Amino acid sequence: MGDLSYVYAVARIRVREKYLLSNTDIEQMAGMKDEKSVLAYVRDKGWGEQGSDTGAESVLAAEEEKTLALIRELKIDPSVLAVLSYPNLYHNLKAAVKEIVTSEQHPAAFYPVEKYGAEDMPRIMKDRAYDELPEHMRAAAEEAHEAMMKTGDGQLCDVIVDRACLDAMLADGKRSESRLLREYVESTVAVTDIRIAVRALRTGKNLAFLKKALAPCESLDVGELARAASESEEKLLGYLENHGFREGAEALRKSPSAFERWCDNRLIRTIKPQKANSVSMDPVIAWYLARMNEIRTVRVILTAKANGFSEDAVRERVREMYV
Amino acid sequence: MTLGMVLALTGAVLSTALAGIGSAWGVGIAGQAAAGVVSEDPDQFAKVLIMQLLPGTQGIYGLLVTFITLSQIGILGGNPITDTHTGLMYLLACLPIAIVGLVSAYHQGRTSVASIGIIAKKPDQFGKAMLFPAMVETYAILALLISILVITNIH
Repeated sequence: MGDLSYVYAVARIRVREKYLLSNTDIEQMAGMKDEKSVLAYVRDKGWGEQGSDTGAESVLAAEEEKTLALIRELKIDPSVLAVLSYPNLYHNLKAAVKEIVTSEQHPAAFYPVEKYGAEDMPRIMKDRAYDELPEHMRAAAEEAHEAMMKTGDGQLCDVIVDRACLDAMLADGKRSESRLLREYVESTVAVTDIRIAVRALRTGKNLAFLKKALAPCESLDVGELARAASESEEKLLGYLENHGFREGAEALRKSPSAFERWCDNRLIRTIKPQKANSVSMDPVIAWYLARMNEIRTVRVILTAKANGFSEDAVRERVREMYV
Repeated sequence: MTLGMVLALTGAVLSTALAGIGSAWGVGIAGQAAAGVVSEDPDQFAKVLIMQLLPGTQGIYGLLVTFITLSQIGILGGNPITDTHTGLMYLLACLPIAIVGLVSAYHQGRTSVASIGIIAKKPDQFGKAMLFPAMVETYAILALLISILVITNIH
C-alpha cells in the first residue's frame, strides 16, 4: 500500500522538482563561452546566496547546504542520509591517512562531514583513536593506517578504504526500509566494481589486487569479473555484455569519458521511476540524489570552462539529469 | 425498543460512521499533500483545496442516507417500525453507502494525493488532474443511489 507518512514531504519535493536543471539547461551551459556565463546562468536560476556575488565554489557549497537543510526539515530517516554520506566520510579517512604519512596539511581535501571533517579525522587517525570512528570504519581505518605506515603505498590505502566503503554502503543500505536506497546501493556497488575492474585492466593490475578491491554484490559475480579484468579487455567486455551491462561495454569501447558518463547515468536511471511515485520517502531521496548530481555536473562544467575545454569535451563529461 | 428498530438504527449509524471514517481519512491525507504544495507555492491553494475536498463527499452521502433512514423508520416523526424483517431490510439498504463510502473515500484520498502531485509540477493541468479522483466518485454515487432507492421503497 505504500508508506503514507511522507505525503507532505513528497508534495513539497514535487514543487521543487520544477526547479531542477534539465538536460536542456546543461546543454545550454555546455555551449557557453566561459565560466562567468555559466555562473551567471545558475545564479539566474536562484543558485547561491541571494544578493551575494561570490565565486563558483561558494555557490555550489550554498546549494549543497540548501539541499541538506530541506532534507533535514522534511525529517527523512537519518540512517538513509548516513549511508549516502559514506563516500565523503571514507574519502576523509583516506585524506587523513595520507596527511599523517606525508606530514602535510590539506584541509581543502576534506569534505565538511560532521564530527569527521578536516580537524577531527586527522586527529583521530594520529591518535589511533579508532573507537571514535563509526563501527563500520574502524577495521578499515586501522588496516589502511598500518599499510600506509609500512609500505607508503597510497593506492593500497585507497583500495582498502574504498572496499570498506562499498561493503558498508551495501550492508547498511540493504537494511534500509527504503526500496530506492536498497536499489541505489546495489547499483552503486555494481557500477563502482565495474569502474575498478576497468581501471585495473588499464593499469595492468593482477587478480589478487582485483579480488581485494571488488566488493561482492547481487548484480555481479565479482570472481568472474576479476578474472576477466585480469586477462584482457575483450574478456572484460564479453563479461559485461553477457551480464546485463551491454551499454556499459559499448561506452567503454567508445572512450573512457563515455564509460564514466555511462556509470553515472546508470545511477540516475535507477532513481528516475521515483518521479511517478507519490508515497514513501523514496521520491525525497531521489530528489536529494538528483540535486547532488546536478551540483556535481555544474561543477564539472565550471571547471571545464575555467580550464578552457572545448564544447565537445564538456559535452562528453556532463551527466544525464533527473528531469 | 424492538429488534427491528435496533437493526434499522444500526444501518443508519453505519452509513454515517463508515462513510465518515473513509472521508476523514481521505481528506486528511489529501490535506497533508495540499499543505506540502502550498508551503512551496501558495498560489496553488485554490486548486489543491478542491482536490482535498473530493474525498469528503462520501461522508455527506452517508449522512444523507442516515437522515432518510431515520425519517423512514419513525425516529424523526411518524410511526416507528415494529417488525424485525423490516428493520433488517433497512440495515441491508444502508450497507452499500456505508461500505462503498468507506472504501471509495480511502482510494479517492490516495488518488487526490497523486493528482496534487500533478498540480505541484504542472499547475496548468488542473482539469486533467481532477478527473482521476473524480472517477472514484462514480462508485460512491452508485452506492448512494442504491441505498436511497431501496430505503424509499421499503414498506
